[in-house]
Amino acid sequence: MARYIGKRLIYMFITLALIATFTFFLMKVLPGSPIASADKLSPEQRAVVEARYGLDQPLPVQYFNYMFGLLQGDLGISINQFKGADVTDVILSRMGPSAQIGFQGMVLGTFLGILFGMVAALRQNTWVDYTSTIVAIIGISIPSFVFASLLQYWFGLKWDLFPVALWKDGFMSSVLPSIALAMFPLATAARFIRTEMIEVLGSDYITLAKAKGASGSEIAFKHAFRNALIPLVTVLGPMAVSILTGSLVVEQIFAIPGIGEQFVKSIMVNDFSIIMGTTMFFSVFLIAIILIVDILYGVIDPRIRLSGGKN
Amino acid sequence: MTQNYENLPKDSFERIARDTVQAEKISKPSVSFWQDAWRSLKKNKGAIVSLVLFGFIVIMALIGPILSPYEPNAQTITHANLPPKIPVVENLGIFNGEGKLGGKTVDLYEMKNVDQYYWFGTDGLGRDMFARVWKGTQVSLFIAFVAAAIDMVIGVIYGGISGYFGGRIDDVMQRIVEILTGIPNLVVVILFILIMDPGILAIIIALTITGWTGMSRVVRGQVLKYKNQEFVLAARTLGASDSRIIWKHLMPNVLGVIIINTMFTIPGAIFFEAFLSFIGLGLQAPDASLGTLINDGYKLIQYQPHILLFPAVVLSLIMIAFNLIGDGLRDALDPKMKD
Repeated sequence: MARYIGKRLIYMFITLALIATFTFFLMKVLPGSPIASADKLSPEQRAVVEARYGLDQPLPVQYFNYMFGLLQGDLGISINQFKGADVTDVILSRMGPSAQIGFQGMVLGTFLGILFGMVAALRQNTWVDYTSTIVAIIGISIPSFVFASLLQYWFGLKWDLFPVALWKDGFMSSVLPSIALAMFPLATAARFIRTEMIEVLGSDYITLAKAKGASGSEIAFKHAFRNALIPLVTVLGPMAVSILTGSLVVEQIFAIPGIGEQFVKSIMVNDFSIIMGTTMFFSVFLIAIILIVDILYGVIDPRIRLSGGKN
Repeated sequence: MTQNYENLPKDSFERIARDTVQAEKISKPSVSFWQDAWRSLKKNKGAIVSLVLFGFIVIMALIGPILSPYEPNAQTITHANLPPKIPVVENLGIFNGEGKLGGKTVDLYEMKNVDQYYWFGTDGLGRDMFARVWKGTQVSLFIAFVAAAIDMVIGVIYGGISGYFGGRIDDVMQRIVEILTGIPNLVVVILFILIMDPGILAIIIALTITGWTGMSRVVRGQVLKYKNQEFVLAARTLGASDSRIIWKHLMPNVLGVIIINTMFTIPGAIFFEAFLSFIGLGLQAPDASLGTLINDGYKLIQYQPHILLFPAVVLSLIMIAFNLIGDGLRDALDPKMKD
């Protein structure tokens, strides 16, 4: 186990170093100077500013400074949107709303998904099952931005139940974006739990439980549900990825001052340092989540032999 | 049922001579793997309906822009923001060219002196949405199919070589794949789009740069499973070359998995293309894909919902159809495979 985690950590490090290197050279190649209105400065002024940000040093030195900064969590300095501000600070200041809608969406989606999947499996081939399957297919198929626009149009504009956009009414503002983000986890969990439950319900130990005289609900919750839940951990990774991807557009649609909205805005105005910094941030976040999920799976289910390398 | 079988007369039975030919006879014609798969796919209503629906969308994507009397990018400013109006259907009270203006419902076609019919309405520049939606569908499908095809070719070759030759080659190739799969898809796509000029080619390259790793893993796993089985050993004993074993013996067995995987790559590619267009990294105006059309429509959702409606419906239908076809194919081709 320790060896497996060690190996995975090394891979994680190599992957991040690759992304960081790529990002660094990309920033050097892309047009535009990191200094605001660089053309208007005299050569002397320019030299002063460049020295201030370490841009006068040779490329390898800059590279090592950048990589060393990354290790300490320094993502560089914003070029044109927040003059001279640390990218790390910009990202951290926008963490709150993103984390809130992401977390709410994940919890809501997973919870409802488990519920849908379970009911569908227990009432297999009835209208309940079919409804749940249709919801799951729609949730997987319809892109979050289409779904978010629909929610905003009906619940925000037409029926005026929730704020149309912005982040002013606390929890109420987070309802529609959270629902929009919850759709994919909901659909994934529902499908997954349904398949697992049906398989578990057909296994020998369920027959034994029935023979022993256990009640229906006891079988469903105590025996079937618990065992069906374990493999759900494996799809937590893809769910987190979908929430993050979705947050880029959902935050844009609902004008939420989160990381995703900042990211899209930075793409529009070509603020490369923010784009790169956020990209690094996303990479670390996603890679860490996938690693945690993999380790968690091994811990929860001892049948999985991590060190053997199943692939 | 209280009959006494012991008392049945002996002569009511007749002894049939054993016929060895009959014992070996197969009464029904033998069913090949693909016929069997097609049979079980036919039973899956969702998949068949989706197949028909998808066929319809593909045909419309090809002929739609020609059916419309207007060019997808032709602007007629005087005809801007017209709601949909369809002959015959207009008599039913829907799609009759009526829209709200200052809180009142009026026939906008009459008001703007327009005699033509715009089946899906027009956008803010007076471009025909019918032509634009189908042209956009064409572009989106093209990107998705090309990306999926490239993923498939690279993935199959890479996974095949890695699995078939094994040993050190496999080790090195798998380490590379492990690092590549570690990089989040979203990050790769965005970084690549930033370096290249936005456009169809950039999107295809960005989607395929790491997209093939999934396919290569699946193919490698399958090849590893089959390559040590008896039929491969038999072929090798009979002197078959590597390429013959790969193409004649392994390929047919791996094909099912390749098809299933591709069927799930395509909707993924369609989604990513639309997603990129939505956040402003996709196609540039005036070119349109479903993603850019949805982005345009979203901006006008409050006043001109029809501009969002049609591309969003087409995109959603394609995604649903593909997922259902993929599910159906998976059940038909490999009943044991779960994910």
